[in-house]
Amino acid sequence: MGHRTPLYDAHLAAGGKMVDFGGWDMPINYGSQIEEHHQVRRCAGMFDVSHMTVVDVAGAGAREYLRHLLANDVDRIEQGRALYSGMLNPQGGVVDDLIVYRREHDYRLVVNCGTREKDLAWMEKQAAGFDVAIAEQPALAMIAIQGPTALQLAKPFLPDADALLALKPFYFVESGDWLLARTGYTGEDGAEIILPGDQAVALWEKLSAAGVAVCGLGARDTLRLEAGMNLYGNDMDESITPLEAGMGWTLVFNDRDFIGRAALEAQQIKGHQVLVGLVMEEKGVLRAHQKVFTANGEGEITSGTFSPTLGLSVALARLPAGSRGDAEVEIRNKRLPVKIVRPPFVRNGKQVFKIL
Amino acid sequence: MSNIPAELRYAKSHEWIRLEDDGTAYVGISEHAQEAMGDLVYVELPDVGAVVASSDETGVVESVKAASDIYAPVSGEIIAVNEALSDSPELVNQDCYGDGWLYQIKLSDKAELEDLLGAEDYAAQLEEDA
Repeated sequence: MGHRTPLYDAHLAAGGKMVDFGGWDMPINYGSQIEEHHQVRRCAGMFDVSHMTVVDVAGAGAREYLRHLLANDVDRIEQGRALYSGMLNPQGGVVDDLIVYRREHDYRLVVNCGTREKDLAWMEKQAAGFDVAIAEQPALAMIAIQGPTALQLAKPFLPDADALLALKPFYFVESGDWLLARTGYTGEDGAEIILPGDQAVALWEKLSAAGVAVCGLGARDTLRLEAGMNLYGNDMDESITPLEAGMGWTLVFNDRDFIGRAALEAQQIKGHQVLVGLVMEEKGVLRAHQKVFTANGEGEITSGTFSPTLGLSVALARLPAGSRGDAEVEIRNKRLPVKIVRPPFVRNGKQVFKIL
Repeated sequence: MSNIPAELRYAKSHEWIRLEDDGTAYVGISEHAQEAMGDLVYVELPDVGAVVASSDETGVVESVKAASDIYAPVSGEIIAVNEALSDSPELVNQDCYGDGWLYQIKLSDKAELEDLLGAEDYAAQLEEDA
């Protein structure tokens, strides 16, 4: 038996098909993954993401510590804002990707559940010499509410909803024990709510009754891939740098020396592969680890799926620098034509990719 | 417990086969298989006229999450494929024992049907796998 979130029984009651996900028993879908995907693109869906690891970093040295630990710079955000960043090793490889929320008295980090133990160990190790307190918050639950009508449907059940709805993406408000952020992993409008675990079922049930569709981790994956967002372990890991993972925009080379900086600067001079999108109109499905052949050389798909929104297959692939135009993907010993594109593939329900 | 019609024979690899009076048979995948796959988005079928041996690969079903090979439950010649699946692979999810059939095969040796599982034995296998 794996770990269970406070919503475990609610998932079973809703017909959730439970699978092991990084040691947690989580719903992959509640019947039809594609239908759940469409609910989020067209109306409103919600995901239990309580398996994710919440870690609070407090203390007088918290700011300096995070400026050292993270490749993005927490000084770029003021209180009430969130930041996406990689946490790198000295070789520039990605230990994990995370979101950091700058709160009034501390910083809250949300990291992946599959990397929880190594993340916490890494964070503790790097804390030497800094005046910080690192505290996991296992009693918290997290619910992502996503889709064009999600916030309107959820509004009656959220504290400080007016303030939340007035926020721009990547801002958040706090209300008592709740943190309500305009973040997500789908490319749609919505919010992620971090709240005490013992209040999660009540919120989930109210949202469900209001018409917010329950969605499993299967739909979460197709939605994030359409949105061109990376999945740790697929699109990057400790052997891949942010430069090779489409995360160059999260790097801030300024007055500070963050872990991995020297390796990244060397790699910028030397050159590196890039993460791009692929779109295939042929029948078939692009999948992780399929080989890609371009005019500049070979590469590999890191995440691939059928895109329910576009009705064709899309993928993220790591290819030689400068790859553009047409390429071929090997599927079951056949080579099929694909187009190299700039992700995201879908934003706010619409096709948005640009052919490179 | 998933639906396992008593009149069909089953391969361990989750294909079903239904013998018709004319000596041909329809082949599809079981309800257990389609449920395990999830929403199908693409079905690759064999060429009509292809001669296959039992356990040969005769196509692929792909769902959002995975691809899975389809194996011939018996030897014979492929005489028809379900063209509707090209545009509507979801028929396999909706009606795996009916409109979601995959292909029709002319058996070269009916005795091979005896090597396949009856409904009860297939149900027992699913229990064991669970």
